[in-house]
Amino acid sequence: MASISDPENYYAEFIKGIWKENPVFIQVLGMCPMLAVTNSAINALAMGSATFFVLVGSSLLVSMFKNVIPKQVRISCYIIIIATFVTVADLTLLAFVPKIHKELGAFIALIVVNCMILGRQEAFSSKHSVKASVADAVGMAIGFVIALFALGAVREVLGNGSLFGYSLFGPNFEPWVVMILPPGGFLMLGLLLLFFNWIKEVRERAEADLDATYREEVA
Amino acid sequence: MDNLVYIFFSALLINNFTLSYFLGLCPFFGVTSKFETAFRLGLANIFVMLITSISAWFLNTYVLVHAPYLKTISFIVVIASTVQFVEMVIKKLSPPLYRALGIFLPLITTNCAILGLALFSTNRGYGFVEGLIYALGAGGGLTLALVLMAGLREEAELSSIPSVIKGTAMNLIIAGILSLAFMGFAGLFSS
Repeated sequence: MASISDPENYYAEFIKGIWKENPVFIQVLGMCPMLAVTNSAINALAMGSATFFVLVGSSLLVSMFKNVIPKQVRISCYIIIIATFVTVADLTLLAFVPKIHKELGAFIALIVVNCMILGRQEAFSSKHSVKASVADAVGMAIGFVIALFALGAVREVLGNGSLFGYSLFGPNFEPWVVMILPPGGFLMLGLLLLFFNWIKEVRERAEADLDATYREEVA
Repeated sequence: MDNLVYIFFSALLINNFTLSYFLGLCPFFGVTSKFETAFRLGLANIFVMLITSISAWFLNTYVLVHAPYLKTISFIVVIASTVQFVEMVIKKLSPPLYRALGIFLPLITTNCAILGLALFSTNRGYGFVEGLIYALGAGGGLTLALVLMAGLREEAELSSIPSVIKGTAMNLIIAGILSLAFMGFAGLFSS
């Protein structure tokens, strides 16, 4: 907060959402929409861009009006702001890509209750400047899109043998149908989280080892 | 009558809200470490869902016909305030019931399962009674999932599990297996 005019600070706010504080893999937020719609890469991307729009738009608005919104009713105000942007995203998708809109169905409207979005408003936008909030929102949203896309792509490749609808393995591939069904969503996200936990643990152990050898050398 | 039975069991088992629509995952992973809490949260959920279903029906029949684009906003605002209101009424009228459900009610209001219920039942054009039955089935299904998950997690607590997989990763994989088991209900109705 001290050096909010520092240009590097925006970069830090922006970059943290992509990996270090990735909303899905690290914070495990916003699971409801992401598991339901990630049965194909294109659905995941559509959902991701809708969430991107809603998150950045509402962060912008919340940070602009943070001094006007009374503290006692702030959550309701955030929800109304988010719901407005969701309605815009919903109608836009309906107008331009009706086929995808039909597949995503009610889950677009359910972006309203994505805890990740409300979480960012409460934890960040309500306390920071407009620019920093937008940087944070863009970073978080990109992190969310990456996670959605990773999950959607893996599930489509394994469950359908295709990516963006193009067949990858030829006609002899036997698809793991379970991957595009609901259990596949749970299993795949579980395995991805397991992978990230494993990386984290290996890294921590390496650091601890390094620390220990350093101490030995000093002694 | 057949239709109502079908709606109830399809929401309870076949299209279980948590295990096949991924709704209400926050409580599903957040508060299922104890059986008792999970059960009470489930009951509170059924309660809120019934209120939601009634208010969604009224909104859909009398307000949204004139302004369909207000659906998302009006649902969330009306449901949240109705639940808040009912919570105050319960607190006044029945303190024991409030102690059992009370603390969970505000938490549940912004749960995706609640908004999901309102959206699904209006999208499918359910009437008043059908909506109530649907809410009962969905809430029951959520309770069932919560209770099963809590039981499994209490068991897992006692076994030795590598630290890498402990936590959300393990819960997700357990949920995946549960969801796989629930897929077996898909053939329950032949129609």
